Order: sequence, then C-alpha cells, then structure tokens
Amino acid sequence: MSPSHHDTPLERWFHRRGWIRITIGTPYLWLIFFFLLPFIIVLAMSFATRTPTAPPFSFGGENPVLNFAHYQRLFSDDLYIRAYLTSVANAAFATFLCLLIGYPMALGLTRVSRSWRNVLLMLVILPFWTSFLLRVYAWMGLMGSNSWFNKLLTSIYNGIVPADWALRYIPMMNTNFAVILVTVYSYLPFMILPLYANLEKLDFSLNEAAMDLGSRPFRVFRDVTLPLSVPGIIAGSMLVFIPASGELIIPSLVGSSSRPMIGRVIADEFTSARSWPMASAVAIALLVLLVVPLMIYTYYDAKSYEKQREEA
Amino acid sequence: MTKLTRRSTLAVIGGTLATPYVRPSWAQSGTVNVYNWADYIGETTLADFEAQTGIGVVYDTYSSAEEAQAKMLAGSTGYDVVDHAGIDMPRAIAAGIYEPLDKSMLPNWKNLDPEILRILSGWDEGNQYGVPYMWGSVGMTYNVDLVNERIPGADMTTLDLIFKPENAAKLADCGISILDSPADIMLMVLRYLGLDGDTTNLDDYQKVVEAFKPIRQYIRTFDNTNYLNAIPNGELCAVNNWSGDYATAAGRAAEAGIEMNLAYFVPKTGAPAWVDCMCITSDAPNRENAYKFMDFMMQAEAAAGCTNYTYYASGNLAAKEFILPEILEDPAVSPDAETIGRMWAPKPFSEEQERAMTRAWQDIKSG
Repeated sequence: MSPSHHDTPLERWFHRRGWIRITIGTPYLWLIFFFLLPFIIVLAMSFATRTPTAPPFSFGGENPVLNFAHYQRLFSDDLYIRAYLTSVANAAFATFLCLLIGYPMALGLTRVSRSWRNVLLMLVILPFWTSFLLRVYAWMGLMGSNSWFNKLLTSIYNGIVPADWALRYIPMMNTNFAVILVTVYSYLPFMILPLYANLEKLDFSLNEAAMDLGSRPFRVFRDVTLPLSVPGIIAGSMLVFIPASGELIIPSLVGSSSRPMIGRVIADEFTSARSWPMASAVAIALLVLLVVPLMIYTYYDAKSYEKQREEA
Repeated sequence: MTKLTRRSTLAVIGGTLATPYVRPSWAQSGTVNVYNWADYIGETTLADFEAQTGIGVVYDTYSSAEEAQAKMLAGSTGYDVVDHAGIDMPRAIAAGIYEPLDKSMLPNWKNLDPEILRILSGWDEGNQYGVPYMWGSVGMTYNVDLVNERIPGADMTTLDLIFKPENAAKLADCGISILDSPADIMLMVLRYLGLDGDTTNLDDYQKVVEAFKPIRQYIRTFDNTNYLNAIPNGELCAVNNWSGDYATAAGRAAEAGIEMNLAYFVPKTGAPAWVDCMCITSDAPNRENAYKFMDFMMQAEAAAGCTNYTYYASGNLAAKEFILPEILEDPAVSPDAETIGRMWAPKPFSEEQERAMTRAWQDIKSG
C-alpha cells in the first residue's frame, strides 16, 4: 500500500476511508450473507405450510400466511421434547468427559519442554487429517459384534464373570453409549486446544508463590490454576457442547433409533417427512435453546469485565 | 506480482462472488448431467455412452430416495436426467419438476417391458414422464445358517419369523435390521396383519405400530445402506431390504472370501413392488443430450450391462438375451410367476396418509 498519486476524485474518495471500511465490513458482510440471511429464510420457512409443490412449502393462498402449527407440535408431541432432552444430555455428558480427559492433557502440554510440546500438539491435531466420516466408520468396525476388538473385550469379560453371565458379544453398536464414546473421541481436540491456549498463558510464578506460602500441589491447582483457567474451560466446553448437541452423523451411524437426537429428527423431517416447515421449526427451537444461554453468559461476562475495569 | 491495491482487491472479491453466476462452458454443449442412486449403473455404461456419442457425462449419485427428492424439490439442480422412485412420481409430476417425454426422440422405447410399463403407469398415467430403469421387491434377507442355528427349521417365507416375539427374541443377538423407509416396510406389515396394503383407514397404521411394539426391543437398527457391509461381516442375520441388495451383500461377502449362506424371500403375505425410472428435469440445461442418454440407456446391451453389474432386474425386455444366466435364474432378482403374484404396486399416498404414516413410523422407531 504505497502512498499513490490521487488522480481522480473517485480514487481520492477510495483512499481516504476505503481500506478501513472494507477490512471491518468484510466479516460483517460474511455474517449477513452466510448467517443472518439463511437464518431469516429458515425462520420464515418455519411459518409456512407444507404443500406438494417445488419447493414443498408455501405461504398464503388457502393456507394461513403465518402458520404456527409447527411450533404447537413442538410442545404437543413428546417426540421432539424427548429428542431435545437426549441431545442436551448426551452433549453435556460428552462435554464433561472431554473436560475430564482434556484438562490433564492440556495441562500436561504446558509442562513439557518446547520440543516435546510441538510433537504432542501435532498428535492432538493429527486425527483431523483423516476424514471425520472415516474415523466414525473405524469405530463402527471396532464396536461391531463380530470385530476382533469386541471379541477381545467379550473374552476378557467372560473370563471375569461367572459362567451364567457369559455374553456372546458386548452390545456396543447402536447404543447411546456408542454415541457418547464417538462424540468424546471426535470432539476432544476442540476441548484441548482452547484449554491449552488458556493454560499456556498463565503465569507460573503464581503457582510458585502459592507453594512458597505452603500450599500443597493439589491446593495450588484448586486455588490458583483452576480458577484462572475458567475462561478456557468455558471456551472449550462451548466448542464441544454446541456442535455435539446438533450432531447428525454420529447418532445416525452408531446411535440407537429408540433414542433419537435432534439432528436426526431435523433430517428426518426434512427428507422422509418432507416437511420443511417442521424441520425449520425444530431447527429454530434448537438455535434458541443453544444461543440464548450463550447470550446470557456473554452479557454477564461483559458486565463483570467492565466492573473489574472500573474497580481497577 | 500485481501490487495489492484496493482496486485489485475489490476486483478479486467481486470476481469471486460472481463466480456462481458464470456458467461453466461445458454446461452449454457436449455434456449431460445425470443424478442416480449410488452403485446403480453398469461398470462401463458411462464410458460406452461417451464413446458412442462423444457427449461427456457429469455423473452424480445419492444414497437415499428422500435425499434425492429433497434436492429435486429445492429446484435449479442443473441435472438433466434423474433416476426417481416410481411411487414418488405422482408428487414429482404435481410439483412440475419433470417434463413430459417426447417419445419421438426415444426410438428404443420399443425395448421396454410392457408389464413393467403397466406397473409404472399406476404412478405415471400413460407413462408420460418416466422410463422404467430397474425394478424389484421389498423382502427379507436371511443369513440361513445363523437363523437355523437359533431356530432350527425356521420358515423364512413368513414374517412370523420376525413378528412373533419368541422368534424375534432368539434372533435379536444375531441382528435384526429393518428398512428405514415407512412406505416399504409398513405396507408389507399391513398385508402380514391381513389388512389392505392400500388402506386409506389411518387407524390401520396404528395396528402396525402395535405389531412392532412387542418386538421393538429386538430390532437392532433401522437402516437403508449400512447392511450392505454389516451382512458380509456377519453382524446381521435377518435384514429387511430390497431385492437387489441381497445379491450385492452376497457379492461383497464373496469378494472378502467369506462363505455365507444368504437367502432372500418375499413374504407369502405379500410385499410392495418398486420401479425406478429415469426422468428429464423441466429445466434441463442439455435437453437434447438428455434424450440421447435416455435412449442409449434403453439399448438392450446397455440395459443388460447395468443389470449384470448391479443384480437388479431390468425394465428392458430386449435386454434379456444379454443378461447373465445366473441372474435370470436367481429367484430373488428374477422372481417366478408365483412370487410376482405376491407383489403389488402400491397406490400413491395422499397427504394425510403420508403424514399419518410418517408419524406412526417415528413412533415405531423411537419405541
């Protein structure tokens, strides 16, 4: 960006403020085009009526312009409520397990030498180089009732328990257990990376000070490291919880159809029931369910930050 | 390298945003865009067509009829020729996504099987829109050895084997899988319950839900595609599926060197038949080539090539002399007259029927 000769008025006009506006405006444009507009389309669709046309919905005509029937069904039909509950419960449990496994890993990453750290970080990211779908299929292979892995587990189990408890195989595929297992496996890096970024910035001298004052290692962790890493915990948990609750692929491939998750319900409404308005209503409700708590959190977070600044 | 100025940046951004509106040159001449089920065409069919006509084929596939339908209903797909489920034709025609065929451009129409055309005409009156491609039945594939191990001398011709709880309990550990496709399985169960398969009485669907209740806990999965790998792995022993899939699964087992005794049955209480057909979209960008492609697919050798590779029965009568004898002799793929007598072409569903069926199906699946 060299200072150039401003020949025409147009160019001068461009040069004065243009760059700043373009730079700031691009992300907003992106959000408007790829988030706000699609969101408005989905919102509008959720008030439409399903018709045998292409596209398969319409407003007005012999149908009401605003059709609230789909939102009514969300509450009157327990299928949706059960699916939301299953999704939120599965996602929360998977997030908790990710945190339990991911926190020590992230903390460990900050405590090893720099050369080791790069290798270990690489190992955390490495699974992304293989297609997500392929990794889920690999788990399907492992959990199947005739796989070597299942046979191995079964023979260990049968070796421990009394003979009349013996199993032919351990039922893992198409269970809720499988959904949580694969979700934890798939989303673990999303927990580790933000936690690591947070923990790495912590000032280790605070820990030293606590130890100098006589704290044992566990108390140092509880009183110093853990409270300071709360932002990392929240960021990681959000990154795991939000996509996990809308997850479609994992429950479709390894899940049990008796405990449908909301992603699958949306897909079924959209494809086999061909009710785009119903699918949209379910999607909007999911968004509200996920975004509203996030907004409340952001609001209070910003408030406490300002309070801190005022005190300072 | 050009200097990064505001003007060049804007040009690049503008150019990138405009890209979707610039038609690629191949969309104007020399190609045809085809949308078909995955694994549902002959091994050399597309190459043969390109060699014969010089027209390039842009080939795209889908893995569920619902997925294809959702895409077609959304519109502006850019496809010329689409393979569509026969039973969904009334809705597709009503929605205006396909154009009536100009049969003067399809000289090979004479090769088609009149019996299949007759079945298809139940969904597409006067065969105005669709060219029958392949057809088959809904039924049950059993891993004979695994089933007999648990129920010696099991009668596989009846759905009692699945719907009697004592039988289902015995088969639960070797794996029962049901099609995730209410239009197929629910009609089959209606007939098993002694009801009219084309019933318009919505309470009858509730009876199907009741029939599933005692055995629901024994069903491992509701699925349309994964069984193709799960059967060869011995993960499933009683699988509700479509006729050709049985042969595909057997083929995959043989490829992997696994000996497996599979058998396919159309239940004696009856099962719906299906016909898939090729249609031309009403906004086809390459209409002429679409007709050429369709006519090529109706050539006896080309149609036989598809059947010889996929093991689905052809809707093309003239193809018979080129079809492998083992396929013509396989009762699952080429059913005898008695089996055909047990199959029927379901009447198209009304909106109310469809809604009730979908809801009943959700109840069945979520148990």
